[in-house]
Amino acid sequence: MGEVNLVDVSKRFALRIEGELHTVRALDRLSFTVRDGEIVALIGPSGCGKTTALRIAMGLEAATSGAVTVDGVAVTGCGYDRGMVFQHAELLPWLTALQNVEFGLQMKGMRGTALHDTAMKYLTLVGLADSVKRRPYQLSGGMQQRVGIARALAIDPKVLLMDEPFGALDAQTRETLQAELLDIHARTQKTILFVTHDLDEAVLLADRVVVMQHGRLQEIVAVPLPRPRDDLAKIRGSAQFAQTRYHVWQALHAGAPTLH
Amino acid sequence: MVDIVDRESAADEAAGAAPGRHGVPRLAVTAASLVVILVLWEILGRHINPIFGAPPSAIFAAFVDLVRNGKLAAALAQSLQPFVVGYGVAIAVGVPLGLIIGRFWVAEAALGILVTGGYAMPLVALVPLLILWFGLGFAVKAAVIFLMSIFPICINTWLGVKSVPKTLIDVGKSFVAPDAVILRRIVLPATLPYIMAGIRLAVGRAVVGMVIAEFFTQISGLGGIIINAANNFDTATMFVPIILLMVMAVGLNALIGRFERLVAPWQDEIAGRDRD
Repeated sequence: MGEVNLVDVSKRFALRIEGELHTVRALDRLSFTVRDGEIVALIGPSGCGKTTALRIAMGLEAATSGAVTVDGVAVTGCGYDRGMVFQHAELLPWLTALQNVEFGLQMKGMRGTALHDTAMKYLTLVGLADSVKRRPYQLSGGMQQRVGIARALAIDPKVLLMDEPFGALDAQTRETLQAELLDIHARTQKTILFVTHDLDEAVLLADRVVVMQHGRLQEIVAVPLPRPRDDLAKIRGSAQFAQTRYHVWQALHAGAPTLH
Repeated sequence: MVDIVDRESAADEAAGAAPGRHGVPRLAVTAASLVVILVLWEILGRHINPIFGAPPSAIFAAFVDLVRNGKLAAALAQSLQPFVVGYGVAIAVGVPLGLIIGRFWVAEAALGILVTGGYAMPLVALVPLLILWFGLGFAVKAAVIFLMSIFPICINTWLGVKSVPKTLIDVGKSFVAPDAVILRRIVLPATLPYIMAGIRLAVGRAVVGMVIAEFFTQISGLGGIIINAANNFDTATMFVPIILLMVMAVGLNALIGRFERLVAPWQDEIAGRDRD
C-alpha cells in the first residue's frame, strides 16, 4: 500500500518587506489524494507552492494547518515510508555512488552484506552497476540523479516524492530518465508524487495532474493514456496526449493574470 | 557515457610540475621570484652597515655557525614542544567548538561573541597575567600559542558549518538521521575545507605566538636566539631563526594542503581549483 492524502493543508509564513510584516500564504487549504501505485504530477508556475506541498508531505516542513497522511498514518516528520528525490540529486560529494545509496540504508539500520547487496541491487536497477565507485562529481548530471533515485528507492518506501527531479537536466537526458522512471514504476509499482513545471513531463508520466495556482488547487486533470507507456515518442504524437496537454495548459493559464 | 575520470588523472599529472597557463611550471615562477629577491637583498645588504641589515650570505654564514655549535637544534627542540602542544590542543578544541557553535543557535548566542572577541584579543597585553597563572616555563608558552591559534580555527569551522548547503542537511533529515549523525556524517565532511583553511591560517598565528612567548616569558628557543642576537647587534644571527620560522610555516602549510587532499579528495573536483 501507499496512499497519500493531503487534507486542507495550509502553510503561512511571515515575511518582512521594507519593514512591514506580511503574511504570505504559500498553501491555502490544499487537498488531493495520491492512490496506491499511482503517479501524480504536481504542476504550477514558480511560487505556487508545489515544492512546499511536497516538502510538507515529506515531513521536511510542517503545515500551519491541515494534515498529510500516508496509508492513514499522519505525517509528523520524515519517515522511511517516504523516499525523497531532490532537484539536483543532492548526493553527498565525499561518498561514492555506492556509499550514497548505502547512507540511507544505514540510517534505516541495515548492516553487513545486506547493506552492500541492497545498494548494488538498486544501483543496477537504475543502470549504474558499472559506476558505483565514482564520486558524484565524476558522474554526469543524469547519472547523479539516477543515484538519487536509487538512494530513495533502496529504503523501500511506500511513496516516492520527487522535487523537479529532471528539471536540471538537458532535454535528451531528461527524456531517457523519464522513460526509465516509467520502467521503474512498472517494475516496482511504487506510488509516485512528483513536482514539475514541465507540461509534457507531467502528462507523459502521470495518471493525474494536480494543477496549482497561488497556493490553491486549480484543477485535477486525469490523463487517459494507457499503461504501460513504452513508446514515449508515439505517445507524444498521439491525439490523447495533445488533448490532455491542452487541458492542463488551460488550467495553468486559467488562474494567471491576463495581459492587456 | 562520457568518462569524466580522465580529468582526475590529468589533475594528478599537474600536481608535480604544475605547468601554468603558458606552459611555465609553477615551481619555476616561485623559484625565480625567490632568486630575484635574494639577489636584490644581497646587493643592498652589502652596501649598508651590518647593524641595520645583513645580506643573505652573512645570514647563511650565521646559520652554519648556529648549526655547528648545536644552538639552533637545541632552540628548535625547545620551541617546537610548546608549539606542538599549543597548536595541537587548539585544533582539538577549536574544531568541535566551531562545529557546535555553527550548528546550535544556543551555543552560537552564548559563545559566538566570545570567539569573535577573542580573535581580536591583544594577547601580548595579557602575557603578564598569563605568567601569573602559568609561570614562566613550558605551560605559559603552550597557553600563548593555544590562545593565538584557536580562534581562527574555531571561527573558520563555524563559518564553514554556516555555509553547508541546507539541502544536504535535508538529505540527512529525509533519511531520519539523528542530529549527531547529521553533524558527523554531513556537516563535518562538508565543513572540512573550511576547517583546513582555519588550521592553515592558524600556523602563522601560532608561530607569532611562540616567538611572543619566548620574548616575554623565560627567554628560550628560537625567539631567545632572536632577542639575544638583537641585543648584541648581531643582525645576521637574528635573521636565522626568523627565516627558519618562515620556511617552517611554508612547509607546514604545504603539508596541511597535502593532508587536505588526502582527507577531502572530492574538494578539487568541486572547486576545480588549481593545486598549489
